[in-house]
Amino acid sequence: MAWYDEFPAMGRTELRDLKNAIDKGFRAWTREHGGTVEAIFEPIKDLLIWSERLLLNTPWPIILIAITAIAWFGSRKIPITVGTLLTLVLIGYFDMWEDTMRTVSMMFVCTLVSIVIGIPIGIAMSKSNLLERMITPVLDIMQTMPGFVYLIPVVMLLGIGKVPGLLAVVVYAIPPIIRLTNLGIRLVDKEVLEAADAFGSSSWQRLKNVQIPLAMPTIMAGINQTIMMALALVVIASMIGVQGLGQPVLKAIANQQFTLGVFNGLAIVGIAIIFDRVSQAYGKRLQSHSEVVHGN
Amino acid sequence: METETAESIEIRGLYKIFGRRAKSYIDAVKNGMGKQELQEKHGHVLGLQDINLTMPAGSIQVVMGLSGSGKSTLIRHINRLIDPTVGEVLVNGEDVCKMNTRALRNFRRHKTAMVFQKFALLPHRTVIDNVVYGLEIQGVDKDKQQTEARRWIDRVGLSGFEDNYPNQLSGGMQQRVGLARALTNDAPILLMDEAFSALDPLIRMDMQSVLLDLQKELRKTVVFITHDLDEALRLGDRIAILRDGAVVQEGTGQDIVLRPADDYIENFVKEVNRGRVILVESVMKEGPPAANATLELGRDTQLESAARAMTQSNVNVANVIDMNGECCGQVTMGDTVAAMVRQDDESEDGEQARSA
Ligand SMILES: Nc1ncnc2c1ncn2[C@@H]1O[C@H](COP(=O)(O)OP(=O)(O)OP(=O)(O)O)[C@@H](O)[C@H]1O
Ligand SMILES: [Mg+2]
Repeated sequence: MAWYDEFPAMGRTELRDLKNAIDKGFRAWTREHGGTVEAIFEPIKDLLIWSERLLLNTPWPIILIAITAIAWFGSRKIPITVGTLLTLVLIGYFDMWEDTMRTVSMMFVCTLVSIVIGIPIGIAMSKSNLLERMITPVLDIMQTMPGFVYLIPVVMLLGIGKVPGLLAVVVYAIPPIIRLTNLGIRLVDKEVLEAADAFGSSSWQRLKNVQIPLAMPTIMAGINQTIMMALALVVIASMIGVQGLGQPVLKAIANQQFTLGVFNGLAIVGIAIIFDRVSQAYGKRLQSHSEVVHGN
Repeated sequence: METETAESIEIRGLYKIFGRRAKSYIDAVKNGMGKQELQEKHGHVLGLQDINLTMPAGSIQVVMGLSGSGKSTLIRHINRLIDPTVGEVLVNGEDVCKMNTRALRNFRRHKTAMVFQKFALLPHRTVIDNVVYGLEIQGVDKDKQQTEARRWIDRVGLSGFEDNYPNQLSGGMQQRVGLARALTNDAPILLMDEAFSALDPLIRMDMQSVLLDLQKELRKTVVFITHDLDEALRLGDRIAILRDGAVVQEGTGQDIVLRPADDYIENFVKEVNRGRVILVESVMKEGPPAANATLELGRDTQLESAARAMTQSNVNVANVIDMNGECCGQVTMGDTVAAMVRQDDESEDGEQARSA
C-alpha cells in the first residue's frame, strides 16, 4: 500500500493508549477534586432550586400576571403583552405549565449567570487589545464546539443534574454577551469619551456614565442572543437530566410520538418569542434618546 | 503665588507628531523637516512644532489659523487630552505632562473646563444632566448642581429646554449646552475650541459679551480658538496665529493688524475693519499736547470714532488723554485716516501693479 493512499495516521494502539491516558488522568482528577468543584457550584445549585420552587409553588394566576406585567413594563407594547398572555394561557391549557416553568427558571438563572460573568469579561476585553486577541479564539471554540461534547467532561465531573446542565448551557450561550459588550464599548464615540475625560472622570465614572449607557443597546442585543442560544440548548441539556420542556421532546423522539414533540416544541418556540420580543423592545426603549432626531 | 481664580499657562518647546514612532522623528523635525516632507517620507503627521506661548493669569489668549493648522491639537495639550511628543505645559509652574493619574484628574476637575468644537455632549443625557456633568464628577451636592446648571442654562438662553435630549436641539443650541456645561464647572481655566462657531451672529455677539462680562468679574485664563478675526480682536488680549503647527505670529490685536509678520497673516487681516480695530494709541504721537487742539480723545478710542469726533468738531488735531485724564500725546486727522485705509491702498496698488 502506497503512503499516499491513506493518511499515515498514528498507530492504532498508540492512539488508543493516548486517549485512555487522557481519560484516565481526567477521571483521576475528577475523583480527587469532584467534591471541591461541587462545593464551588453549591450556591448556583441553591439559586436554581430556589427559582424553580418559586415558579412552581406560586399559584399559576400570579405567575401569569407577573410575566405579563414584565412583558408590559419591558416593552410598553400592547401586541407583545397580549401575545405573551395568550401564549402562556395556551401552554397552560395544553398541560405544559410545569415543564414550562422549569425551563423558564433554568433560562432565567442561565441568563443571569451569563450576564454576571459575561459583562465584566466583555468590559475587560474592551480595555485591552491583548486580552481581546486572547479571548476571541476561546469564544470561537465555545460557540462552534457541538453542544454534546462539553456535556461529557461536565457529566464526568459533576454527574447528572441541574448544575451540569447549567454549565453546559452557559458555556454555549455566553459568547454573544461577551462579544457584544466588548464591541459596544469599543464603538462608543471617542469625542464623547474625551469630554468625559476633560471634566476629570475616573475610569469607573467614565464606564458608568458614558461607556455602559452608550453601549447598552449593543449589550442588550448580546443578552437577547444569549437567551435565544440558551433556549436552543435546552433540549440537549435535558439529556443530562435538566427537567423542563426538553424532556418530553426527548421522550417523543424515543417513542415516536409526533404530537407530544410538536406541542412541547411549540411551547419552546412560544417562550423564545416572548423573551426575544420583550428584550428587544426593552433594548429599543433604552435608545429612546436617539429617536427624535433634529432635522438634518 | 497662587490665587483662587487665575492660573497662568506657559507652553515651552512643545512638539507633537502623530504616528507610531513619533519620538524617532523629533530630531529630524527639529532640524527643519516640514509637515509635508514628514507626511510623504515617513507617514507621520506633524501636529505641532516648537510652540512657546505664555498666557498670563486672567487673560484671554486667542489662537487662530487655517483648518488643520493644529489649533485643536494645541488646546488639547493644556488639559493633556493629548500627550506631547516633547515639551512642557506649565500651569502655575507645574508641568501638566508630568502629573500622575490622580493629580491630572484633580487638575481637570477643579482647574479646567472645556468647550468642544464638535460639542461632544452625552447623547443619553438631557440638557440639564449634561450641564451638571462637571459638578457631578466632582461630587458637589445635588441642589448646588441644579442651581448652578439652571443659572447657566438660562444665561446661554436655553431655559425651557432643560429636559430635551441633545439631538432634539439645533447645532447652535447644542453648542450653547456645551458652553453652559463648561461655565457651570466654574474653573479658573476655560478652554474654548471654536466655542461660538455654530452660533448665529446675534447670539454670537451675546455670548461674546457673556464671556467679556465674566472676565471682568472672575478673571479666568481663557484659551479661545476662532476662525473669525473680528471675534479674535474683540475678545483676545493676545492673539497667536498658527500655520502648519507652528506659531507664525503672536501679539496683541493691534500688533497683528498693524504689523502682520508675513503674507499668510496679511491674508487674515486683509478684510478686517481697521477703523474699528485700531486704537488711537497706536497712531498717536507721544509728547506734549498740541497747543491749538480743542478736542480730547481717550487712548483707547477706535480710529473710526476718533475720525467722526474730529469731523464733527471740524478740527484736524486732537489731544490724547490716558485713563487718568492726563494728556499723553496728540493725533492728527491725517494719521487717523491713513491708518484706517493704508492696508486697502497697498493691496490696490499691488493689484494695479500686477495687472499693469
Ligand atoms: N489623532 C490624530 N492622528 C493623526 N493626525 C492627527 C490627529 N489629530 C490631528 N491630526 C492632524 O493634526 C493636524 C492638526 O489638526 P487639528 O485638529 O489640530 O486642526 P485644527 O487647527 O483644529 O483645524 P480645524 O480648524 O479644522 O478644527 C491635522 O493635519 C490633522 O490631520
Ligand atoms: Mg479644530
